[in-house]
Amino acid sequence: MEDKKHHISSFNSLLMVLIGLFIMTGISVMITEIHFSTFSVGVALLLASIKGYLVLTYFMHLKYDEPIFRIMVFLILLLFAIVIGITFIDYLLR
Amino acid sequence: MESTQATNHVSYLQHKPHKIGILNWILSTDHKRIGLLYLYSIMVFFIVAAFLGLLMRIEKFAPGETIMDAQTYNGVFTVHGIIMIFIIVIPGLAAVFGNFFLPILIGAKDVAFPKLNLFSWYIYIAGAILALISQFASGGAPDTGWTFYVPYSADSSTNVIWALTAAFILGFSSILTGLNFIVTIHRLRAPGMSWFRMPLFPWSIYATSWIQVLATPIVGITLLMVIAERTLNIGFFDPALGGDPILFQHLFWIYSHPAVYIMILPAMGVVTEIFPTFSQKPIFGYSAIALSSVAIAAVGYFVWGHHMFTTGISYWSRWFFSFLTFIVAVPSAIKVFNWISTMYGGSIDLKPPLLWAIGFIFLFMIGGLTGLVLGALATNVHVHDTTFVVAHFHYIIFGGMGFAFFAGLHYWFPKMFGKMYNIKLANISFIITFIGFNVLYFPLFIIGLQGMPRRYFDYFPEYQYGHVISTIGAFILIIGIFIMLFNFFRGARKGEIAPANPWKGVTLDWQIESPPTLLNFDEIPVITEKPYTFKKEEEA
Repeated sequence: MEDKKHHISSFNSLLMVLIGLFIMTGISVMITEIHFSTFSVGVALLLASIKGYLVLTYFMHLKYDEPIFRIMVFLILLLFAIVIGITFIDYLLR
Repeated sequence: MESTQATNHVSYLQHKPHKIGILNWILSTDHKRIGLLYLYSIMVFFIVAAFLGLLMRIEKFAPGETIMDAQTYNGVFTVHGIIMIFIIVIPGLAAVFGNFFLPILIGAKDVAFPKLNLFSWYIYIAGAILALISQFASGGAPDTGWTFYVPYSADSSTNVIWALTAAFILGFSSILTGLNFIVTIHRLRAPGMSWFRMPLFPWSIYATSWIQVLATPIVGITLLMVIAERTLNIGFFDPALGGDPILFQHLFWIYSHPAVYIMILPAMGVVTEIFPTFSQKPIFGYSAIALSSVAIAAVGYFVWGHHMFTTGISYWSRWFFSFLTFIVAVPSAIKVFNWISTMYGGSIDLKPPLLWAIGFIFLFMIGGLTGLVLGALATNVHVHDTTFVVAHFHYIIFGGMGFAFFAGLHYWFPKMFGKMYNIKLANISFIITFIGFNVLYFPLFIIGLQGMPRRYFDYFPEYQYGHVISTIGAFILIIGIFIMLFNFFRGARKGEIAPANPWKGVTLDWQIESPPTLLNFDEIPVITEKPYTFKKEEEA
């Protein structure tokens, strides 16, 4: 019964995610040479979000977990997004 | 529920698996001993920080330099703030009473992760020691205030990095404790204890824990950013490096305003346990109190900007934060009305815990209502960075959290130590502390309204009357606290043996022995009714 609940990821899939994260990190560094003006923070956050998504989904097994945990993580990310959003809206409205 | 009183049981204090006494404390994973470890640590630091506060008041007894120069004063108020906020008030109630009573109140034998719990205390002590080192290492005590505002904190030649690192480490302790409590409440409630059969102190700890887990990382990262700016010259906050100092204030208060609720929510939980017991009456509005804790935690997340009305944030941000500040007053007021309604028509027994809890309501209300003066845009500008803010803050933190802490100590002392303190002396210490508190802090409202700035070691002669009264109040307050501590020490050593249920409480903590056994319960209780169900004597 317990075994059915625990998904065991294959080595290859974890390796692919790891390589994906390395590539994204490389892009994060290289992209600093390009000037996106007011969007520079947004681009950095986008890349960080993709990396965070990969870690949460595969390394932390969220993809294979109960929906309640996905909902809780979503709510927390939503909270974080609102907090960051309010902060940057303040910058835009000044 | 049947009492599990038995004469042959060994209390947690008598359970000593190690021959060397100190090891029974620093290696114990028992939630009760860890609660006491926090209590003793906090008391030591409280005495140090209170002494620094007294020195500040003595300095301000007269205009000009009295007992210290301006730079020393800057260091003293910073150290006072860092110790009080990060080492005492933020962990305070949750770490002491949460650790000791959360598992007992939900019918569990311990927290979900006992080893992690002990590890959290080690992290706490490491952070606290680092904070102390920052005061004495070469370079001088940090002089930025506990808020570490940039650009000054990025430039100050004092030991700011040490203090920032200390606060960063202390944050980890807070996160791990919060995580432990969330899992404990989700997984270890006794059979039959549904969410709405859970006592209200665990509810408040639950709401607090979420704030600890979700908000603390933000300040951790922010403090690291200041360290990076100082050491690596990365321009996060310094305009000369392309940064923005207001961003620091945003990030700092995104954590530090919810942190006020980390401080006050467990305090509200403690007094919510006290009012039904000393009124011998079920709590009024159980669901409203439970959900208002969650509402305070949720709305409290979005009001941080009211610390920044004068910094130049946008008009719409000011409007938004001011509006939400008024909204967050609603769930707080719900609790106050429910506490008073609980006492109405009850069989009130005016014992020390209830006295402290009533004192809490009185002082918290003054703090809360003056908070509305600060939450309103127009009046905020007038009193910003004056001693009005200092008075408001101390009425909330000391009058609120501090008085609730003392209320909790008087309430649960017989359970924690199995001894009684002297009731008469406890009443005297309450009266002296209450008078001293108001004489100390109320004049700061008045001279603040007249324009006395905060964090100034000198002042114009027209403010002297307020400072003199305030300093006299500080001495009265210290006397009251000293009597209280003396009463506790005397009670713990020579006090009468406390019965299992001296206050006729009905929650699970009062159904077990005083002091509790190692695993709290002989058998995990099965919960069949709501908490705070008082039965008539013939029914009982």
